[in-house]
Amino acid sequence: MVSTGFSVLTAIIFIPIIAGVVILFLDRKNRDLVRGIGVTAASAALALSLAVFFGYDNYVKQAGGLLETQAAMLASGAELSGTQMFVDALAFEQRVVWVESLGIAYHVGVDGVSAPMVLLTGMVAVAGVLISWNIQDRLREFMAVFMFLVAGVFGVFIAVDLFMLFFFYELAIFPMYLLIAGWGWVKLREYAAMKLTLYILVGSVFALVGAVAMYFAAGDYFSGAGADVLRVAVDGGILPPDSGAYSWSIVHLTLAAENGAFAIDILGIAGLNFAKFWFPFMFLGFGVLAGVFPFHNWSPDGHVAAPTAVSMIHAGVLMKVGAFAALRCGMQLLPEGADTHLPWMVFLTLINVVYGALIAFRQRDFKYVIGFSSVSHMGLVSMGWATMNQTGMTGAGIQMFSHGAMTALFFGVVGMVYDRAHTRDIPSLGGFMKVMPWVGIAFVIGGLTSMGMPGLSGFIAEFPIFQGMWAASEQITLQLGGFQLSNYYSVLVVIAALGIVITAAYVLRVAGQVFFGEFDAERFHDVGNIEMTDRIVLIILGAPLIILGLYPPIMAPMIESGIRPLIALLGGG
Amino acid sequence: MIDVFGIDALSVLVFGPALSAFIVASLASLAPSKQLGRWVALALSLLLALLSIKVFADYQVAGLAIGDEQFIVTQDSPWFEALGARWTLGIDGISAVMVLLTGILTPLAILASWNIEDRSNMHLALLLLFETGSMGVFVAMDLMVFFLFYELTLVPMYFLINQWGSLPKSGVKFSGRFYASTKFMIYSFGGTLGMLLATQLIGWSSGTYNMADLTATWPLFRQGEALLGIDVSAVKALAFAGFFVAFCIKVPIWPFHTWLPDAHGEAPTAGSMLLAGIMLKLGAYGFIRLVIPLFPEVWLAEVVIIGVNVATCFAILSVVGIVLGAFAAFGQSDIKRLVAYSSVNHMGFVGIGIAVLAQTYAQIWSGSDPNADVQTAILAANGTVLQMFNHGLSSAGMFLLAGALYHKTHTRELSDYGGLWVKAPVFGGILLFTSFASLGLPGLNGFVSEFLIVRGAWPVYTALTAIAMIGLLFTGGYILKGIRAVLHGPFNMRWRDYNLELTPAELLAIAPLLVLMLLTGVYPNWILPIINTTVSAIFAGLAS
Repeated sequence: MVSTGFSVLTAIIFIPIIAGVVILFLDRKNRDLVRGIGVTAASAALALSLAVFFGYDNYVKQAGGLLETQAAMLASGAELSGTQMFVDALAFEQRVVWVESLGIAYHVGVDGVSAPMVLLTGMVAVAGVLISWNIQDRLREFMAVFMFLVAGVFGVFIAVDLFMLFFFYELAIFPMYLLIAGWGWVKLREYAAMKLTLYILVGSVFALVGAVAMYFAAGDYFSGAGADVLRVAVDGGILPPDSGAYSWSIVHLTLAAENGAFAIDILGIAGLNFAKFWFPFMFLGFGVLAGVFPFHNWSPDGHVAAPTAVSMIHAGVLMKVGAFAALRCGMQLLPEGADTHLPWMVFLTLINVVYGALIAFRQRDFKYVIGFSSVSHMGLVSMGWATMNQTGMTGAGIQMFSHGAMTALFFGVVGMVYDRAHTRDIPSLGGFMKVMPWVGIAFVIGGLTSMGMPGLSGFIAEFPIFQGMWAASEQITLQLGGFQLSNYYSVLVVIAALGIVITAAYVLRVAGQVFFGEFDAERFHDVGNIEMTDRIVLIILGAPLIILGLYPPIMAPMIESGIRPLIALLGGG
Repeated sequence: MIDVFGIDALSVLVFGPALSAFIVASLASLAPSKQLGRWVALALSLLLALLSIKVFADYQVAGLAIGDEQFIVTQDSPWFEALGARWTLGIDGISAVMVLLTGILTPLAILASWNIEDRSNMHLALLLLFETGSMGVFVAMDLMVFFLFYELTLVPMYFLINQWGSLPKSGVKFSGRFYASTKFMIYSFGGTLGMLLATQLIGWSSGTYNMADLTATWPLFRQGEALLGIDVSAVKALAFAGFFVAFCIKVPIWPFHTWLPDAHGEAPTAGSMLLAGIMLKLGAYGFIRLVIPLFPEVWLAEVVIIGVNVATCFAILSVVGIVLGAFAAFGQSDIKRLVAYSSVNHMGFVGIGIAVLAQTYAQIWSGSDPNADVQTAILAANGTVLQMFNHGLSSAGMFLLAGALYHKTHTRELSDYGGLWVKAPVFGGILLFTSFASLGLPGLNGFVSEFLIVRGAWPVYTALTAIAMIGLLFTGGYILKGIRAVLHGPFNMRWRDYNLELTPAELLAIAPLLVLMLLTGVYPNWILPIINTTVSAIFAGLAS
């Protein structure tokens, strides 16, 4: 389905970029026009991403669609080609060769994992613009930088070229720094912005080194032993006809991985396997952004210091960028490494889940509670990846969407409370349900989602992750020197489940103290209800939680189809 | 089965209340009149009650016709295909009785909260939302859907207690309702963790969540082999423990009951009615529907140290609950806590019945005792389901009366009452009637079910049943104590200028309960055959 024709995804990236540039040239006093262009661009991107989501949904579910062809392939019992399945899964593709000599192309497309992420980004972009409606300080610059951030995030999700992926990844980090340092919470912003940027940059540099190594390993393979493989792939339509041996295309690298290009020894040292060596760099390098323990430390500070809209996009979408890139560049390109390393990395994710929840329980600052809850919930995503089976990884894909909408909702709620009460200290707040019922109800919905209450999307996501852990228990063993650890996933899942109760405890505690309890009418006499823009934010982010919770078929089959190629690459069920 | 404008009746029973809740909640912002919200809520819940009666009646006809088949499945559509969970709804005689109970109690709870002024629309909406959850549990034929609704019931109940619970005592910043609601939520939510994990384990290993299929396949799954690296029977025992604890908390079986007195004591009247009337039944229903058929051999496994099997252990815990529940109720000075402990006492009988059913079922399933007395077990099971229904009626009635008194006097201390019969003869008469129904007076409903349970349990657990019957004596003790403290003795002059009589709404709310108590007492056959058909079908299905 590769085409050089125009793809809707291109529009999704360029609309925010163009809007950002246009906004920069406006008169800064003309606030209405700045906001108008911002909201128009974001809404256009949301509308297009809805079109992409439902278009892809149709591509998956229609008669003779992706689900059916995949099911037929699985049933045929033939040797499965993960690369073939990945190529089949890509839709809305557009490819324009950019730097031919280096094998870099502008190549975009979505599969079942990224289509929901594109929708999520669109939702949070609109919500972020609306919630920043009344920013007083340098609104024009804020809006422009925010638009660049949105474009960068969209870009990562739809890049099918590894170079493009890095390009957009860094494009997202830079505006993030500016937004936090320039518009954040005065007490913390410079420290937090620096900390966040350094953490993420260092992580991505490690990943970049790994990517370069893969680029050369794949190129060497295709120009030598794998020349036939390349020719067959080009003839079979998997790769475009102009493919050289060296390419940054993820399809190209996936093909190399599947044919053993990465099963080589590094520097001729026997036993130092390429895939096994580079996997931690790729997975954890991107995992920094997903908040994987012990590299999560930047995230609560970053969330707290950021202005509301940036916290929303940061926790809601940017952390998913990390998890998504870890999946796409780590597990998909180095499946052998995943088989070796994820069995121990699952312990890190367990610490994320339980320890993150415990710390969240201890916080006094409303925003820190949510910050650490993100660490805990993102741990579930990585835990889902670590199951390496269909069920668990599908759950992790749903959790990415669910947590994105939920945590953006949370940060929106915190921002609305903070803007009016001017404090985030939990014990001094109370009774806000009476003055801001919309916000209270939104927090309750978000809180129940985060507890994994059935009927909301959190349940739909956590249930398969945990079930995947059970399923992984019999498949995965960990070799520790001479000692073999088996069936330990079943113990981990029981411990991880404790995280749910701790989550319930802190959600109830915060809800009870902030939204119920005694209202200090004297201190908070000027706190009023929220405006229409804020209500729209709450609806955009809250409604999907309920819809997905009651009707999982709206998203689950799509993600399932996106996970299947990975399962084939990882070698089996 | 019937349908409503082409939609399956069970789906309407599940989604109707949620839709009604939405309508009632939206009315709050559209129309300022609270009265409108009340009438709309009442009308909608009455329609649903009528539908549940119709479903019950139709099942009575249809159920007798299907012979040895247990379930009538009315809805089966894809839901979460990635996990093998389907949206399957169906009904058997046991569910039909519970659906009827839920359908009847909800409008009565709405009537009982007629006088609530504080955010009344939201209060009524939560009651309706609770109805959705419990209806869903009773008609779910898919384990994951069952779990979904099982947890869903917690949310409205939490907010009912947390927001509309009893008023704070003077001088205390945070009233007991916050403590009680949080305890209730954490207890219940934490209690279901094991069940959640066990559900996932079963779903993963069987590839399906369909209850009827699981009943056939899961007990035999990989028998004698290893699962997760250990012997499969150990895994099944752990999974059993997950379900067991979750449902024990809900019933509640001693010693998992401690959330109950707090929650009941602090809950608003309607909340208590639904909590005692319906929510406790979810646990007992879970035992009958899931724990017995899925884990037959675990029930027969010997418990270390104690030296008896799990079913007998369960019976012992139930009897302890009966006796200690009665003692605890006797010792209370708070009328709502007294009624709450009476629930522990009465649900203990349900526990014994379940133990008998479990033991006999497991013996026949495993073939360890081919001569197991099926007729006795069927009697006990009939009694158990009937007791669930009866306790739903009488506890809802008792909480309604206790709440009516609290609402007017703002005290729950028994010592503050006294001689109220003079002031409120109708209330007194009704309290007496309901108390006797709860006590198990022959001619009223409690007698029939307790007699059936005792008759069924006697041959199996003779000594335990004897102790439980002695426990009934203490039941009489605390009930008479309650009556004496409220109605008799010197009149407390504090209430001289109060109108303590039941309001028309309260009277209207309790009337159907009184009728049903009497009807079930003198003519239990209006409901028993439908239960009996299903219980017999369970055993017949087992034999074949």
